[in-house]
Amino acid sequence: MMDDSAHSRTAFSETLSVNLTLNGEPRTLQVAPNAVLLDVLREQLGLGGTKKGCDHGQCGACTVQIDGQAMNSCLRLAVMCEGQHVTTIEGLARDGELHPVQQSFLECDAYQCGYCTPGQMMSASAMLEDDRIGTDDASVKEAMSGNICRCGAYKNILEAIQQARVQLGHDATAARKEGVA
Amino acid sequence: MRTFAYSRADSVEHAAHRTTPDAAFVAGGTTLLDLVKLDVLRPSELVDINALPLKSVEWLDDGRLKIGALVTNTDLAHHPEIKQHYPVLSQALLAGASTQLRNMATTAGNVMQRTRCPYYRDPAAACNRREPGSGCDARHGLNRLNAVLGGSEACIAVHPSDMCVAIAAIGATMTLSGPDGEREVAFEDFHRLPGDTPHIEHDLGDGELITAITLDAPLVPAGSYYLKLRDRASYEFALASTAAQLSLDGEMIGEARVALGGVGTKPWRCPEAEAALVGQPAEKATFERAADIALRDATPLEHNAFKIPLARQAIIRALREATRLARQTGEQEGQA
Repeated sequence: MMDDSAHSRTAFSETLSVNLTLNGEPRTLQVAPNAVLLDVLREQLGLGGTKKGCDHGQCGACTVQIDGQAMNSCLRLAVMCEGQHVTTIEGLARDGELHPVQQSFLECDAYQCGYCTPGQMMSASAMLEDDRIGTDDASVKEAMSGNICRCGAYKNILEAIQQARVQLGHDATAARKEGVA
Repeated sequence: MRTFAYSRADSVEHAAHRTTPDAAFVAGGTTLLDLVKLDVLRPSELVDINALPLKSVEWLDDGRLKIGALVTNTDLAHHPEIKQHYPVLSQALLAGASTQLRNMATTAGNVMQRTRCPYYRDPAAACNRREPGSGCDARHGLNRLNAVLGGSEACIAVHPSDMCVAIAAIGATMTLSGPDGEREVAFEDFHRLPGDTPHIEHDLGDGELITAITLDAPLVPAGSYYLKLRDRASYEFALASTAAQLSLDGEMIGEARVALGGVGTKPWRCPEAEAALVGQPAEKATFERAADIALRDATPLEHNAFKIPLARQAIIRALREATRLARQTGEQEGQA
């Protein structure tokens, strides 16, 4: 249903069309006005890597990246993602290769039950690309405080993030050298 | 979650004219969707304002800084002009919520965030703020987190924002746009005390939208500091917080601003405490006297009397730190 202007309004029962880029692929989704991004990812698209914990923005298990920034997908309507790039844990590895954050979580044993892990990784990988956040342990802990780990794997999570930072630095240096050569 | 209609506003004028009384604007959604899920808020329509051109931060000719309503908490906290000229605001923003929430939340949305009083958030509890006339289960309930300043018989809910405490200390003007055009409101008059009508939380009329917040010109040369005391070191609301700003004239205090969080029913500026600082030596005894004045009317409830000495210490420590920073700034300028 369209109003007389560009200001479109949808009634309760209708679905809306939303165009977004999901894990690098352009997608058009039909969603209810009150469909939450987290539920659309899990129920409608079968992307179960993003987890539902508290469903109120308090635990971080549902963290995805929207235009490169970590956000709680439980507090975002799917329809609000029009034109945006959404990346979930399923889109973090590239060309069959684990992201350095995934590799370092594996090497540092940075989880126990694993339920919070996708959210931790999505926050960590966004944070490592954000030069406004400090690189010391205290800054990392503060920046990661929106991701709760009830098993208490924080020590190894911190270690994994700092190890991934080193790896990403090496990768960037290598890429620069390749560019020069 | 209860359902609603959804629309996207393509201009401020449209946003103001198209809303029905129980429609809600949505930007970051971090408060709104949380409370719709809890069935505390029941909008019939959400008007998505994210496409509106309200994302700039710009200096005005009169030396004030105008912040667009949709600037995210993250972007505002890291904005170079904020970090340099209003560090207390940057500190307060970064002390609030989590990285993910700050990435979503907007400046105007932060002003509009609702109390965390557990009785407000529980539709089964009596709450005059949520349901006028139903009573207040917090008054004789678990009120450890409730307000000691600005409460009434009807409501003792704390305003939860850190950002607003810093803005209260800085001083600011809100720009509101509505069906009858644009108007301005002093920031300190925007949030209402609960009184007999705690459900009327702010000065916004039907269809009115916050479009900007303009900060008063920065105090120079000055030191400023935001101190937040809470149950855990990160990602937790304040039990007591203080935003302090002051300028020095030798060893004497020139101008001073003090605002409190975690203890009041609105972002709590303390003009009488400020007056007690001006022209006095920047030392402990002065800070203690100002803190006592700021908390003179504080009224404890069964479980939150601890907030009064906690807030007193927060004021003293924040003023001490702001003084240290003001001296540092003064010395640097002296050397330059």
